Amino acid sequence: MGRPPGEPGRVAYLYLLPAFVVYAVFLLYPIGRAVQISLYDWDGLTLGRWAGLDNYTAILSDERLRAGFGHALVLIVFYAVIPLAIGLTLAAILNHAKVRGLGFFRTVVFLPQVVAMVVVAVAWRRVYAPDGTLNALLGALGLDGLTRGWLGDHTFALPAVGVVGTWFESGLVTVLLLAGMSRVPMELYEAARLDGAGAVREFFAVTLPSVRGEIAVALTLTVIAALRTFDLVYVTTRGGPGDSTSVPSFEVYHRAFGLGQVGSAAAIGVTLTVVIFAISFAINRLADKGTT
Amino acid sequence: MIMGRSPRGPRTFAVLAAGVLALAATACAPGSSAPPAPSPAKTAASAVRTDAASLGDVTLTVWDQEVRGGQAAQMKQLNAAFEAKYPNIKLKRVSRSFDDLNTTLRLALSGNEPPDVVEANNGRSSMGQFVKAGQLLPLDAYAEAYGWKTRYPDTVLRYSRYSADGKVFGEGNLYGLPQVGEVVGVFYNRAKLTKLGLEPPKTWADFQAALEKAKAGGEVPMQLGNLDKWPAIHVFGTVQGRHVPAEQISTLAFGRKGASWTTPENVKAAEELVGWVDKGYFEPGFNGQGYDPAWQAFGKGKGVFLIAGTWLLADLEKALGKDLGFMLPPGAAAGAPPVTTGGTGLPFAITAKSPHPDAAAAYIDFITNADAMKVLTSTGNLPVADTAQQSVQAGPQQDVFTAFGAATKDDGLVPYLDYATPTFADTLGAALQDLLAKKATPKEFLDTLEKDYKTFAESNG
Repeated sequence: MGRPPGEPGRVAYLYLLPAFVVYAVFLLYPIGRAVQISLYDWDGLTLGRWAGLDNYTAILSDERLRAGFGHALVLIVFYAVIPLAIGLTLAAILNHAKVRGLGFFRTVVFLPQVVAMVVVAVAWRRVYAPDGTLNALLGALGLDGLTRGWLGDHTFALPAVGVVGTWFESGLVTVLLLAGMSRVPMELYEAARLDGAGAVREFFAVTLPSVRGEIAVALTLTVIAALRTFDLVYVTTRGGPGDSTSVPSFEVYHRAFGLGQVGSAAAIGVTLTVVIFAISFAINRLADKGTT
Repeated sequence: MIMGRSPRGPRTFAVLAAGVLALAATACAPGSSAPPAPSPAKTAASAVRTDAASLGDVTLTVWDQEVRGGQAAQMKQLNAAFEAKYPNIKLKRVSRSFDDLNTTLRLALSGNEPPDVVEANNGRSSMGQFVKAGQLLPLDAYAEAYGWKTRYPDTVLRYSRYSADGKVFGEGNLYGLPQVGEVVGVFYNRAKLTKLGLEPPKTWADFQAALEKAKAGGEVPMQLGNLDKWPAIHVFGTVQGRHVPAEQISTLAFGRKGASWTTPENVKAAEELVGWVDKGYFEPGFNGQGYDPAWQAFGKGKGVFLIAGTWLLADLEKALGKDLGFMLPPGAAAGAPPVTTGGTGLPFAITAKSPHPDAAAAYIDFITNADAMKVLTSTGNLPVADTAQQSVQAGPQQDVFTAFGAATKDDGLVPYLDYATPTFADTLGAALQDLLAKKATPKEFLDTLEKDYKTFAESNG
């Protein structure tokens, strides 16, 4: 009653139903099941034993696992923060310079995204090998003192894995930002010029605020990628040397399929999901606040 | 924006969360849908039938991991021979790579119609858990009927033995039978030794002197790539076998109570290994080198020695030919009884729910009998039984056969150290990377191992 014409009524839910059923069967039910399993001590074979929140408290007290979450946070710097800095610079230059063959550059920059992560990881494993490309390059530059087995070095293994992430994500971020920048009306730049702004001032006053939305999207995607890193670590280091590159996703796989601690694996998975959700939520909140 | 905020947002989320929780609370416990395993009743040899031809029409589903080169060839050949001999038994073969088999077997076994015969990894987190869940059939009655216990050395059979509750590893019921053997030893490059004026070392002191001489001669004394975490386990195991009594190693490696990692002998072994790093016997950056590139480098003539398992024989022989040699790690004195890490390929087991255990056992016997061992030899595998009776060409393959025969004959095989506890492969692999990179002292290294071992051995009872 009193509803303006054209406003959807309850019947709208009927239209939503088919999509919701698919969503529920393939997403909500598995999530619910994972939450449930995480409350049990279960080996995947015999009858599970109710464990309450034990699996979760174990996560908090497990030093190795805490370190794993710490490593994931370090990876955020390499996956999200550095690519954002690179992407902003690169996109601003490409957008401004109006270089010939922009499409070509865009493709080249984006290319890593097209390659499967496992392939990327295998390639980089070769680059980082003691007799690999990186050491050969350093040797050629006369920097023999710096050569090492990068992925087997306790100090450099995690950054080395991180750099692969930077290489992988920078293209995505650049292309996203480039799309955003090309939308900025030329008049804004002209106005800034007339007001006497240089290139740097122009970037901070016009470009950066205009692509706030794209930055939020880029950060959300890359942060999620950083936190759920699995294939890269699985192929390159298996969490080594020692535990210096262990990450939560790898631990989920390892516990569920290697050790048969399915309950504990589910608990880590759920925790990771909550953390990812919280961080993406925070990023979008911040971005939203800026636009209103 | 990725997540546009609608005024309804929070409420929708709350409803969803409530739904998820309600689902979690009402659904039944994980694992409860699997029916209880039938109690394996057959224990007496008289109750089993070995006359495979008279078992009627049967289809056996077999899951194996024999997908590579000679492994695949022997399996194909033996399966064809089996079906030709027993036309009433059809084989449905499913073969997957080791990793794929490991991850899918768990699900397959907990289903209602698991395969009849499966290749299950010996370790606690595979076979041990399957036994605990009542998913595998004890094979002792068949072992008696087919005479497996007389043909197979006991040091070999124990790798497939568990107590009925799956807790004790290395003794109890027999749950599987392997086709091939494995032993860790020392591969050497004969040409390089000759160039250095050396003979294959006969004692452990000779061996270390050879390493020193190789270093002085500008060679890489020992090839090692430890990026994959586990390769150094075999090197440490080899050094440990020179210092720690075999008895103690077995107790530690089977994860039983009554031994310790922090003994002076273990300290000595760890110190000796660190000494090898200090003396530069490994290439710099070995912790960052992959396992495959390392043995491939050895195959290309880089490195005088390589401590590794017989599974590399075929590939290394292809690369080095007659220059390749293999020996068991030498003892303190020449001719001392051998002690070395070794075991078997994955054993073939029968699932408890299989409706055709007799046919399944007949199949397992067929692929492991004396004729099968000949087929294994001719396809380049290392047969686990009757090894001494096989005739092979002189050269690396004969070295390996001789070594395995000697090790099993004198009960010289000690189990893989990573069998000890479900988490030990990881604990030991990571701890060794720390030790070799000098991030942990020998004492800290052994304390880490002791903690994992003690925690498990005590809780396991």
